[in-house]
Amino acid sequence: MKTALFGKTLNELTALALELGLPKFTGKQMAEWLYQKDIASIEEMTNLSKKARELLSDNYEFGLVDSTKVQESVDGTKKYLFPTAQGKFIETAMIPDDDRKTVCVSSQVGCKMGCLFCMTGKQGFQGQLTAGEIVNQIRNIPERHEITNIVYMGMGEPFDNLQEVLKSLEILTSDWGFAMSPRRITVSTIGIVPGMLTFLQNSEAHLAVSMHTPFDDEREKLMPVQIAYPLSEVIREIKSWDFGRQRRISFEYIVFKGLNDSPRHVRELVQILNGIKCRINLIRFHPIPGTPLEGTDENTLQKFKEQLNDKGILTTIRASRGLDIYAACGLLSTKEIVGKEQS
Amino acid sequence: MPKGEEYLKTTLELAEVTITGNEEISPGVYLLSWARSHDFHPGMVVKVTDDPVLPPRIYSICSGNDEEDIRVLFNIKEDGILTPRLAGLIPGMKIWVSKPYGSFKDNQTPAWWIATGTGIAPFYSMFRSGISENKTLIHGVRNLSQFYFEDELEWAMGQRYVRCCAHEQSCNVFPGRVTQYLEEINDLPTNINYYLCGKALMVVEVRDLLIAKGVPYENILAEIYF
Repeated sequence: MKTALFGKTLNELTALALELGLPKFTGKQMAEWLYQKDIASIEEMTNLSKKARELLSDNYEFGLVDSTKVQESVDGTKKYLFPTAQGKFIETAMIPDDDRKTVCVSSQVGCKMGCLFCMTGKQGFQGQLTAGEIVNQIRNIPERHEITNIVYMGMGEPFDNLQEVLKSLEILTSDWGFAMSPRRITVSTIGIVPGMLTFLQNSEAHLAVSMHTPFDDEREKLMPVQIAYPLSEVIREIKSWDFGRQRRISFEYIVFKGLNDSPRHVRELVQILNGIKCRINLIRFHPIPGTPLEGTDENTLQKFKEQLNDKGILTTIRASRGLDIYAACGLLSTKEIVGKEQS
Repeated sequence: MPKGEEYLKTTLELAEVTITGNEEISPGVYLLSWARSHDFHPGMVVKVTDDPVLPPRIYSICSGNDEEDIRVLFNIKEDGILTPRLAGLIPGMKIWVSKPYGSFKDNQTPAWWIATGTGIAPFYSMFRSGISENKTLIHGVRNLSQFYFEDELEWAMGQRYVRCCAHEQSCNVFPGRVTQYLEEINDLPTNINYYLCGKALMVVEVRDLLIAKGVPYENILAEIYF
């Protein structure tokens, strides 16, 4: 199997060109073909010499991967299923909203984190995605020219696949790559502290942290990562970081009925987030098979939001999208894996 | 604000220690030790690295809380960066470790401990710290050689120490995975705590199974190796 060019950084492409005896500038030319033009084969890189294209084709392939399944919600949200090099499947959601089109990408196949409320976790960990497989989810959907925002909130924990995620961010935001503003990209983590710090140093993209409760004893029952990286450590590191004016830190908060939706939780949130210029995104919980958790009712949700806003924490409720296609939960790929294993 | 390597170094508060032992207790599985300089609760973890400018990995402590050394149990990960290097360390060499921390803590109340592979470490620490009186320990492995500390545990815990082996058979060993063993139990206690430690898929499957059998999720505490 040939190595994919798609997903390589400019430095890697330049090194590869020199290794093949090609001029150094071939690396830049390849980057432009890979990330800025609508082609899908090495043969179409027409400003490279015929000899250069033959040399490249002997050793490499362009590397785009087509989706094998698409589901479309009544609200316009689409979920794409992409096969991976390891014979597994990942999900990518495209969420239209007025003049915005947000793409939610996966960073791993499955997940190691085992959160109680997450469908992807039920697959266990199946493997890491390469930078190419991450960026392919943006480059290889029909809406690629209309994408306004990218969120790393699909399958997997981005900071458990840090190097490939950082590479993908470099490709998306560099002049030689997709040249997107990092302010249109948000990476979401459950709080892997070393990865979070490296990300903060090496990228300008926004950060979102999955919190779901401010209390340690509750969080450790929902999210086993709490044992290794307590929320208090995550918050301490965030407080020590200068996010500047443009960079955004937000906290994701799925609201569960009778678990994390009380005034006590509001008070604790206000206390632990004191000093951080941040926002909280409240998320409605949509039950997954076998879960003991329930989503809170609409009235409590609105009240919870108002109480936080009254206390000075900018709080919004995320609109639920693509419910009829389980856009956010990993169900499609889980079914696909099970189907493949049974066939 | 400090930047780069310096930032990581100061933030993670690692201390240099001298290795006192590094024993291969089973093929590819090591027990690494250094002198204890802090008190800890059994079940806690430590961050470990052999290079202070590289992010450390987290390991459960695998020794009793009144022993002279702190020990951690690790297996060599084929695609890992740190574990192959840790395996090559010998007594006298230096590593960098954090203070013990974490909330995976048990007490003297009845509980079931469920582990796979090197996930036995926190429970062995609890056992060595004298917290095993009301406990049932279920350990699942692929091969018989992976029942670390089995002589000691079998002698002390007797019938409350259950071994499950997926790929090999032996007397007193349940032939199958931990989940199969649990599925076959009809009267699983639902009013005690369950502690799970191991890889994500085992933890998720066992947690789902316990919940399906009537154990409240609040009674389940899991530590996942990632």
